[in-house]
Parts: sequence; structure tokens; C-alpha cells
Amino acid sequence: MCLAIPSKIISKNGFEATVDLYGARKKVSLMLLPEDASVGEYVLVHAGFAIQKIDEEAAKDAIGLIDEILKTLEQEDADSLQ
Amino acid sequence: MERRANGINRLLKKAGRPVKLMEVCGTHTVAIFRHGIRGLFPGISFLSGPGCPVCVTSKRDIDCSILIAREPGVTLLTFGDMMRVPGALGSLNRARADGADVKVVYSPLDAVAAAEKQPDRKFVFFATGFETTIPLVAAALDMAHSLGLDNFFVYSVHKLVPPALRALLSAPDARVSLDGFILPGHVSAIIGPRPYGFLAEEFHIPAVVTGFEADEIMEGTLMLLEQIESGSARVEVAYKKVVRDAGNQTALSLMDRYFRPFDAEWRGIGMIPASGLRLKEQWAAMDAERVFKPHPPVSHEVSPGDGGCSCGDVLRGLKLPVDCRLFGSGCTPDHPVGACMVSTEGSCAAYFKYGPFIKRQTSGQ
Ligand code: SF4
Repeated sequence: MCLAIPSKIISKNGFEATVDLYGARKKVSLMLLPEDASVGEYVLVHAGFAIQKIDEEAAKDAIGLIDEILKTLEQEDADSLQ
Repeated sequence: MERRANGINRLLKKAGRPVKLMEVCGTHTVAIFRHGIRGLFPGISFLSGPGCPVCVTSKRDIDCSILIAREPGVTLLTFGDMMRVPGALGSLNRARADGADVKVVYSPLDAVAAAEKQPDRKFVFFATGFETTIPLVAAALDMAHSLGLDNFFVYSVHKLVPPALRALLSAPDARVSLDGFILPGHVSAIIGPRPYGFLAEEFHIPAVVTGFEADEIMEGTLMLLEQIESGSARVEVAYKKVVRDAGNQTALSLMDRYFRPFDAEWRGIGMIPASGLRLKEQWAAMDAERVFKPHPPVSHEVSPGDGGCSCGDVLRGLKLPVDCRLFGSGCTPDHPVGACMVSTEGSCAAYFKYGPFIKRQTSGQ
């Protein structure tokens, strides 16, 4: 539940950004980010918010494992909606 | 990776005894299984502490959320994991089947958006989570406040990680004996390493904040074993790319603006001083607890023998899920008895999913 997912900023408008989250475009809020992040940079996203900026290499490293956990969680969400 | 594995094995051999480490993050529990780290180091018992906010939400809080959801004109919104957690009045899933308006949202901001769209309905966000999630709910409150919404409320059952660790280590009856803590990566991205200082200073237990990759977990484990070997105790960070020394001050100050600590009940563990957060007095108009005043009919003392469920002992590191007599027979992810089996990141659910691949380890208590 405390999982944050690395995502790339695609576009930005003030405190709102669109990120690429596993191929899907998502709108996230940047209001909790302690430093400025620009288009092309990576952030950790948790439930609609960027919570920390990370470098590209770190983001790419993390993607494999997180992908797996995310799938499990999505499955659970789908189950709970049934 | 190999260097780290060799280092760990060398230090384990030197220690000449089993080493007990506790992770306090559900994502770590799952990652340690996924990477097969248990199998690699049979000399280490990895115990799963209270690392999943879903699993520690008290029955009373579930019941309160159900009562609020049943109020006319109310929509209750929450994260998907909360839907199946059983309280005494059933689950939110059950409440929805019975006609209550309960919705799953991805972000607390979705709840604010819903409230903005329908000003004649009341929208209550049932907010669970540790420090990773709390600032998001503070941000949602901030947004609702600046939009001037009077139909958005939060029922906060947020929990804080450091007070829970202190409670585990100071329990007079059943105190777990641990050699080290693997501290959560994303909780620490918000709070930084400092709030864990007491682990080393007061309890002399080594602790390392680490990430979720195999090599990060192994690096963290190696750092812990090095501390154990040298007899030192410090809080270290093996996840510097995400965890800054000061944490995330923007998030912390927003959290502080809206919430204050109070003594909260943890499922299976009991009351822990200053371990929960509720809305500050000045935000009472957005506090669902004050506005709706839910009164569940029965009082739910924490009963460790809840239908034979040993969640409390599992969360405190006193038992492994496989030591519970219901594990896998009376209790499965499809028919969970305790909350640790409900959430994907609950210890029991993780053991159930990955169990066939591990050798039975005992908790050694
Ligand atoms: S296996 Fe089920 S009953 Fe046993 S401790 Fe875990 S959640 Fe409780």
C-alpha cells in the first residue's frame, strides 16, 4: 500500500503534470514535491501524487519489480470490485 | 549482487547463530519472497512486522466506516484494499451489496473531485495509510479547503510507523527479540531516517532503510550484518536515491498543518500511544468522526484469539503465518479470517502466495 511507482513527466502545467505510468498517461499532482521537476525527469508516484524526484537510472531499475507488484494489486482491486 | 551475497554468508558464518531481522513494510515482505532471498540465506529469519496499514486497521474503525457509509446522502470513498477487511458489522463490500454507496478511488484527489461535482451529496474519504499516504490526504484536505467545499470529509485512521516499532520493542508481555530492522523505503522517503533514531539509541538495535530491488535488500541486509558483527547500532540508509536525510519537508509540513497525533488502536496489537493521526481542531468541519459521530454497537477489544486468528502475534514478530493453525485451511485469501490475509501485502497473504517455494522456517520464539 505504500508503494510508489517511478514515472516520467511528459508534460507539466503548474502543479499538475501528466506522467507515463507503464504506458498509460496519468495526471499527477506535484504539490508534495520538495524540489522542482521538469518534463523528461522521473518522479515516484503514489496514489496520484509525485512524492519524490529520482534519477532516470534508479527509475528504470525499479520498474521490473514494481510492475509485478502492481499487477498483483490491480488484480486485487478488480477482485474487490466484483 | 554476488559480492553482497558472499559478504552476507561470511558474516552469518561468523555470527554462528541464526539472525532475526524484521521488515516493517508489506512491499518488502512481498519483495523478499519474490527475489527468493529467504531461500538464499536460511541463516536469517525474516519476520514481517506491522507493515501494512490495511492489516492494522481496527475492527472498530471498519465498523465506523460502514456506519458512515449507511448514512443517507453519503458516499464513502476509499482505497481498494479496504473493501474486504472484516469488521464486526461485515465489510465495506458487504455494506455496498446491501445498498450503501461505497466507491473505490485511486487517489484522495478523486474523492475531492467527486465532492466538487455533486455539491448536494456528502463525500467521506475513509483514509488509511502510513506516512507515505498521509501527506496525500493532507493535500486533498488542502484542496477541498481552498475550493471552499463543505461536503468533503475525511475519516482518518492513519497510522505512524516509528511509534509502532517502539511499542513492539517495549511490550512488557511478549517482546520480540530482534537483531535488526529493515526499514521501509517509501515511508522513509517522507519522514527521512531521523525518526528511527531511538531504535539505535534506546534499544541498541541496528536499522537500515532500503529499497525493493534484490540488490538493495541485500545491500541493506549486508549493512545490518556488518553492524551486528561490530556490535554497533546505527540507523543507516541504503536507499539514498530516494530517501533524503530531512525526508520530504513539503509533505511533512502539509501533514502537520492538518493532523495531530493521538493514541490509536492497531488491530491485533492494541492501543499505541501517539501512533495515529486525526484532524486538528480547526478542521473539525471536515472531520468525519466529529461530523457523523459513528457509534458502533459493540465495543471491540482487541482479542488475539479472534476466531483463532493469530494476526496479532504475526504482526509483532512472535509467530510466522505458517504457525497459525488456520493458515491455508480455515483462512485463505478467498476466505480471509484475519486482515493479514486480506491485503496482498499482508504477511499471511504473502506467505500463502509464495509459501510453496519456501522451506518452513520457525519464528524461533
Ligand atoms: S492465517 Fe488467517 S487466521 Fe491465521 S493469523 Fe493469518 S490472517 Fe489470522
